[in-house]
Amino acid sequence: MMYGYEWDTTTWVTYTTSILPIILIGLTVTLKAAAAGFAIALVLGLIFALLRRSRIQVISWPTALVVEFLRDTPLLVQLFFLYYVLPDFGIVLPAFLTGALALGLQYAAYTSEVYRGGIEAVHYGQWEAATALNLTHMQTYRDVIIPQAIPRIVPAMGNYLVAMIKETPVLSVVTVLEMMGLANMIGERTFEYLVPLTLVGLIFLLLTLICSAGLHRLQKALPKAGIPLR
Amino acid sequence: MDWTAYLPMLWQGAVVTMTITLASIAVGTVLAFFFGILRVEGGPILSAIALCYTEVFRGTSLFVQLFWFYYALPLVGLSFDPITTGILVLAAHAGGYGAEIVRGALTSVSTQQLEAARALNFSRFQTLFRISLPQAVVEMMPAFGNLAIETLKLSSLVSLISIADLTFAAQSIRNITLDSASIYSITLLCYFAMSLVLMVAIRVIEHFVRRGDVFPRTRH
Repeated sequence: MMYGYEWDTTTWVTYTTSILPIILIGLTVTLKAAAAGFAIALVLGLIFALLRRSRIQVISWPTALVVEFLRDTPLLVQLFFLYYVLPDFGIVLPAFLTGALALGLQYAAYTSEVYRGGIEAVHYGQWEAATALNLTHMQTYRDVIIPQAIPRIVPAMGNYLVAMIKETPVLSVVTVLEMMGLANMIGERTFEYLVPLTLVGLIFLLLTLICSAGLHRLQKALPKAGIPLR
Repeated sequence: MDWTAYLPMLWQGAVVTMTITLASIAVGTVLAFFFGILRVEGGPILSAIALCYTEVFRGTSLFVQLFWFYYALPLVGLSFDPITTGILVLAAHAGGYGAEIVRGALTSVSTQQLEAARALNFSRFQTLFRISLPQAVVEMMPAFGNLAIETLKLSSLVSLISIADLTFAAQSIRNITLDSASIYSITLLCYFAMSLVLMVAIRVIEHFVRRGDVFPRTRH
């Protein structure tokens, strides 16, 4: 994908404008990876959180161990593990999906804690009322607990999304050509690393600031009482 | 090659990882307190500088920062070996997050405490070091604990700027033996073990901070 692009390294201005289009292509990959990873993290995290709350200890204990393990080991090594070991078991995924899966797994461990905190923060009277109304376990979660937990969960989730966006450059080590991977590649060809890296850094900074501002507004817009799922 | 044969190399890498992590935590803590205190007590100009520092190091990815400093520092004539660069960048990154923790804890010290200090004619300096910080440090400990673990995990990225840490060792062994499953499993377990040790160490420090006479806990 580098073919067809020319860069002009005479001054930093021309250099920046000539590499900006290709870096922006990288930006879309970065955002896609973060979106895919975050989707995995949201679903898997909820599963982890519910399994961990299980009363059956054979389920809750191993889940706790897995979550702790995922939380306390580096994303980079987890990524290498998935990238090199999954094919040994016959699971061959494209690098992008492996990367999204690695991001998703690591952040599932974080989001499961957020879910757990959010669920536990719902007053126990709500559980009692649900029992008194003869709601099933499933109904209680779906109609009572999770709708009230959402406003508490969303801000923390948003923070993790921002954190995840900033960790996507790690995917470049397994050949995913996102922003950082492209910037390094341009650097290798021109021997001028500073401009592309600064550009990528500034784009990250801008992204983070925009996301934080958006989050702040979202947090204010959320109804405190809860969001019905149906 | 049996997996036990990997252990000496991985151990060498683990030592480098531990050194880098501990050094970064130490330098990062200093930076965190320095900029965190500036944010709260610095006045408009100094606190704006501290704000810029935290936003830049929190807002740009650590991955970018590592490569940026790896390539940029030599251009301004500062040529460190990669390990020093790695430690400095990790420390600056942790310091950015830590400064926010320090600021948060300092601003959460109850105003009555500050009023009491003023009533007793404490100087600003005395108020900070005798009243605010001793109480704030206790509040900071859990967050700093998480930050320390985060630093350990992020230290794996220094392998990409050619530092022979644990991840780098794992990569080199894999490139020779192609025995991915056992190497990465051992590596992940090593990191997990180091995290647990770090966690225990932080608990011990927290315990000491909470009950020690140096920092009497005065919140009711």
